[in-house]
Order: sequence, then C-alpha cells, then structure tokens
Amino acid sequence: MIGVELRKLARRPRTWVSIALLCGLPALVAVFLAATGIGPGPGEEPAFLSAVLSNGALFPAAALAIVLPLFLPVAVAVVAGDAVAGEAAGGTLRYLLLRPVGRTRLLVAKLVSMVVYVLAAVVLVAVTAYAIGVTLFPAEPTAVTSVSGVAMSTTSFTMRIVAAVGYVAVSMLGVGAIALFLSTLTDSALGATLGALAALVASQVLVTLDAAAAVSPYLPTRYWLAWIDLFREPIPWRDIQRGLGIQVVYVVVFLGAAWANFATRDVKS
Amino acid sequence: MITTAGLTKRYGRITAVDGVDLAVAEGDRYGLLGPNGSGKTTLLRMLLGLVYATRGEITVLGRPVPRRAGEVLSQVGALVESPAAYGHLSGRGNLALFDAAGPGGPRRTRRTRIAEALDRVGLGGVDNRPVTAYSLGMRQRLGLAAALLRAPRLLVLDEPTNGLDPRGIREVREVLAELNRGGTTLLVSSHLLAEVDQLCTRVGVMDRGRLVVQADLASLRTPTGRVEVHTADPAGAAALLDGRVDARDADRLLVRHADAAELNAELVAAGIPVREIRAERHTLEEVVWEATTASADRVDRA
Repeated sequence: MIGVELRKLARRPRTWVSIALLCGLPALVAVFLAATGIGPGPGEEPAFLSAVLSNGALFPAAALAIVLPLFLPVAVAVVAGDAVAGEAAGGTLRYLLLRPVGRTRLLVAKLVSMVVYVLAAVVLVAVTAYAIGVTLFPAEPTAVTSVSGVAMSTTSFTMRIVAAVGYVAVSMLGVGAIALFLSTLTDSALGATLGALAALVASQVLVTLDAAAAVSPYLPTRYWLAWIDLFREPIPWRDIQRGLGIQVVYVVVFLGAAWANFATRDVKS
Repeated sequence: MITTAGLTKRYGRITAVDGVDLAVAEGDRYGLLGPNGSGKTTLLRMLLGLVYATRGEITVLGRPVPRRAGEVLSQVGALVESPAAYGHLSGRGNLALFDAAGPGGPRRTRRTRIAEALDRVGLGGVDNRPVTAYSLGMRQRLGLAAALLRAPRLLVLDEPTNGLDPRGIREVREVLAELNRGGTTLLVSSHLLAEVDQLCTRVGVMDRGRLVVQADLASLRTPTGRVEVHTADPAGAAALLDGRVDARDADRLLVRHADAAELNAELVAAGIPVREIRAERHTLEEVVWEATTASADRVDRA
C-alpha cells in the first residue's frame, strides 16, 4: 500500500508543481539579490541572506529560511489535508477500503507518503538553491564561516546542511499530522488544509506574543528556526532537541486522534 | 452467502435501515428494489464494512462483518453508488493502482487481469487518455471492471447500469448473467424495475428502511385469476362471456377465469377465433407498488 501511495504521489501533477514553486521562490529572491546587491542587514530575516552576497555556497541555508515560515507549511498542509478527505470527495476512498485496504494501513501509507513528499521538497529546495547560489554569487564552498564567525570545513558545512534539511523536514511533520487528522474528520480537502493553516497561524501569532510566553514552548512552530543553531560554533543543541521533541509529541497525538477517528467512522462518501 | 439479522442503522434520530433480515443464497441473482432513500445504499455499505451497524449481525461468505471484513472483501467485487477513479490517470493506470492496493494476486499477472476485466466490460481497446475525458458510460464500465478484477465470488453492485444507454444496459446484463452462470453470486440494487425483472431470480424490496418483501421472483408473479384474450371477434366473445369480462380494449378482453385452457375450449366451441390467450400474472411493478409508500425524495405538505 505504501508503494501505491508513493506512486500516486509521484504521478500527481500537483506534487511537482508545488515543489517547483517551492524551489522557484528562493530562485526569485536570488535573482533580485544578485541584480541589486542589496541584502538584508545582518541579523535581519530571512537568516543567512546577507551572508549569501559574499558566499553563494550559503544559499541553501538561506533558501530553507525563505520557504520555511509560509510556503513549505502551506504545501505540506495541502498534501496532508487532501490525503483522506480528497479520496473521500473523489469517491476513491470507498474503493480502496473495499480492495480491501485496512484503515490503519491506509493511514500509515498516507503518513509515509507525506513524509517522503516533505523530504523530497526540502532536499530539492536545498539542491537547487546550491546550484543557484554558486551560479549567481561569488562562491567559496571551501571557506564558509559559521554564524559565530568561525570558519567551517567543507565536510562540516555539508553535514550541517544535511542536518538542517532533516530538521526542517521533521518540523513540518506536526503540521502534517494536524492536517491529516482534520482530513479524516471532513470530506473537504480544502477544509482540512485551511484548518491546519489556521492552527499554524495561531501558533505563529502566539509565539511572538510575550503574554503567551507560558504556552510558547509547547507550540508547534516555536522551535522552527532552531536549525540555524546548527551553523553556530559550538552547536547549542537545547532548542533543536526540544524542537524535535515537540514535533514527535504533535505527530503522536494527532496521528492517534486521526487513527481513532478514521478506524471507527462510517464511510458515507 | 449473505445473511443479516435485525440489522439496524440510525443516524441521529433518523433510522436509515430498520431490522433487516436479508438472506442471499450462493448462486442467487438477488435484486434489491426500493424507492430512492429507502436504505438500499446504507444496507449495502454495511454489508461491505464501510458503515458500521447500530445493531444487528451481518455474515458474509460465512464470516462476521465488519470484524473479519478483510478476509471477506478480498473475495467480493463491489460498485457502490457511483464509480470512482483518479481523473488524471488512464483507465488502465487506475486499475493497476487498485489492483496493487489490495491482496490481489501476483504482479506478473496484473496486466493480464486488467486486460481481461476491461475486455469483459467492453473497454478492451481503450487508449491512454485520462479518466477525466471518459463519458459517464465509460466510467461506469471502468467501475465494473474494477469490481471484476479479482474474479470475485460475490458481486455487490449498486445501480450498475447508471449512465449507460439501452445497448450498454443490455451488455452489462449479459456480462452479469454470464458471471452468474460461472458461479458468481449477484446482489444488485436498483430502482429500475425492468432491470431487476430481467436479470434477477430473487428480489427484496426496501421501504423506509425495512425489507418489506423478500421472495423468489417466480413466486411473486402469481396468476391474478384473469385471462387475457385477443380475438378477431371481440363483440361475439363479449356476448358469450357476458358478465365475466372485466375490461375490453379493441380486440383485447380481460376475462375473469381461473384456467386459460378451459376458457379457450369454451371460446373455440362457440366458434370464436382466438388469436392469443394467456393467464394474467401479477407484475413485479404491482408487487413493488403495493409494498412501498412514497419515495423518500418526495416531500408532501402535511
């Protein structure tokens, strides 16, 4: 069943259009940056962009920072929100269940295909960004300096990029799990996607609100930017660990809820 | 093949299916009739484990559903409500995905299985255009092909001839009859009497969630106690049978008489030429009309 879901994912035009858009946004930013040479001031968002002007090899990190706050979670919410609700609305859900595909197996396959989608998207963003970065900007892959100003070896830098890609992908799983849960509640894929995005926006708003500081460590977006710590020397692991922990909790809770709901519900679509 | 006992489904305050005791035997061609909204689809969904019953027991192929639906469904082909497919894929692509999704047999023979199913429903020569470009009838045939992929022992079909033209309806009927001769049990729901009349040997009639009739079609078509006579001399016949003629319409007479042969002898003895004579029988339509109330999609003033 997992194979079937992956084939469906790969053969769906939407998958590739959304990944192309995800790769296109950093490319657009790079073109403007290269044409004008005006970067954001040091310390301003998005991270790493000012450093890219002097070393294009850093652009993958900047690209992750560009797509992370909005584009990437929207794409994940669309894919995960459509997972069950889209099949229900199209009528294919009942035929899958009649094959028979167990409801738990179907949900697991949907989750795996979502994870693969997220990973593919993030990896492709990083890869295209590297290509764009070294083409448009002066690039010295051998002389990358960390956020803390210490020089990194090529190996160390590559390892950090890979780790950042992994962390960003994991960060998306919480949103994905929320969207997947909502997707089992409704037969409207749009409803599930918008619901997950509403949760996301609420979380983003609360994270910036000092008055909500008490709940902020438990919000799904709280540690989203912790991967930037991977480029410090030495790496402060605390936020990264917490960020991973939070995502695991969200995935377990919402997948559990999705399973409990989906396994017991009447399929009337 | 299928038995249910006191099967009931409630949605909030509405009772969609109410105490149904269905019995479909192996090899049956069972037609489930009933007005729109009488609970046919909900009943079929419960048999297939898509909808969970509020009360009652279901046994399909000797196993309890939904508890062991997994074992049952691999031997069942089904078309529920309308066919469905992934619109951006071709018909073959869709069947390949559905085939791969369940325990359907080895990958080696997948192509052959798909080709056989498509041939069977008359889509053997279909090209690679996406399903979005299919007509309603083609989609219906594709849905049927998906149900036939695994040479099922039991076929559960909800409105299988929806969207087909008269020729297509006849083709599908012939396919189903052929499968049945090969040993496949058929459970077909429809609100088209003619469809059930021509295909099925046993009928169940649903009305407002209840199964109000369940019998062999032959036993429902009982004689009405009247005989239909066509004659070249209707006036003479009417004079001879005075008082026993219920209706007269040009050369056709409806005569109250228990035995067509006796009546025929009487007419011939009197020198009245009989062109056609037969005992009138109850039609399926009459049985259904008497057993059911208004359609659920009709809303009258109180």
